[in-house]
Amino acid sequence: MHHVKDSHEWHFATFGHTHVTLPLPVIVYSGDRGLEVFMSSNFQNHETHEFGKEYAHEGYYIDEHDHLGRVDEGSFVELSITKNVVMMFIVMFILAWIALSAAGHYKKNGAVAPKGAAALIEPIVIFVRDEIAKNSIGPKYKKFVPYLITLFLFIWFGNLLGLLPGAANLTGNIAVTCTLAVLTFIITNVNGNKDYWKHVFATPGVPIPMLLIIVPVEIIGLFTKPFALMVRLFVAITAGHIVILGFIALAFIFESYTIGVVSTLMVTFINIIELLVATIQAYVFTLFTAMYIGGAVAEHAHDDHH
Amino acid sequence: MLMSILLTAGYALMGAGIGAGIVAIGAGLGIGRIGGQAMESIARQPEAAGKIQGAMLIIAALIEVVSLFAAVICLLIALNIAGIS
Repeated sequence: MHHVKDSHEWHFATFGHTHVTLPLPVIVYSGDRGLEVFMSSNFQNHETHEFGKEYAHEGYYIDEHDHLGRVDEGSFVELSITKNVVMMFIVMFILAWIALSAAGHYKKNGAVAPKGAAALIEPIVIFVRDEIAKNSIGPKYKKFVPYLITLFLFIWFGNLLGLLPGAANLTGNIAVTCTLAVLTFIITNVNGNKDYWKHVFATPGVPIPMLLIIVPVEIIGLFTKPFALMVRLFVAITAGHIVILGFIALAFIFESYTIGVVSTLMVTFINIIELLVATIQAYVFTLFTAMYIGGAVAEHAHDDHH
Repeated sequence: MLMSILLTAGYALMGAGIGAGIVAIGAGLGIGRIGGQAMESIARQPEAAGKIQGAMLIIAALIEVVSLFAAVICLLIALNIAGIS
């Protein structure tokens, strides 16, 4: 189970009694002690690499559930660089590298047929711009295309890289998907025009008693849409990882060669399905975001209906 | 007293297991229906096969996520009961 969750150290492999791990920094900010940085290897048993309350260091400890705690029960803010944060930095670095080299190629050569990183990115950018943004948002799509492209590439690369053995599960962390959903919520509502807010608060053509019921439902609907986005991505990726882990664990539980062969085949099959799921979930998140933005900025001609 | 606690934990685990099975039935029904109708429509109009396939994959992913959501809830129940008892 700890392969799926976030952690204060990055555990790659265990050969017999030697653990190959990478301890990650623990950054804590507390009101009375200021900003402090430790390495997480201080908080663990040095042979077995377990965290525990008894390995306290400088007034902080990490317990068996991998939560940071303070020995004297003061308040603190934890800003550590955990496994998922490192994974996010890696994805950011890869995306920035690809994007900057593609942009450099266009700057140097102008509007010619692309080569290299630009050739990798261009079909994806055109796909997001035409199929997703233009179809869903309509005439005002240009403002939102950068956000949609970033969202699609970030989620896609995060999903795909999380499938590699030894990598961390970036989009399977509900805090990450929550942040993406909050960003979508902010962008949708900041760009909502008068028609959009009128639909939420004073739906046209509805008698007043019904309005008392419909307005709270619409307000709740404002929040459930990003919530559904968040849960959908989180569950799809996490459940996929748990299924893969379950099949790998089967081989260890039964300790027989036949089960080992069968479970390896199942794991390969499910990994292929997970590749498909990674792409589809990235596409669905971006498509739904585009649809919500399109709903917010749409201009209807209401006068001829009512 | 211990028997009644164990019995309740047993019922909870059984509930989680049966729940996961029912989730699988639901997902199978939904995605099977989408697949069936997609096959029929491709048979009626083979030129539109690419678009229909694309739409089918997307809707299958949406249904599958709902089923995975319920499966995760069953897993949570099972893990919590195993933690307590």
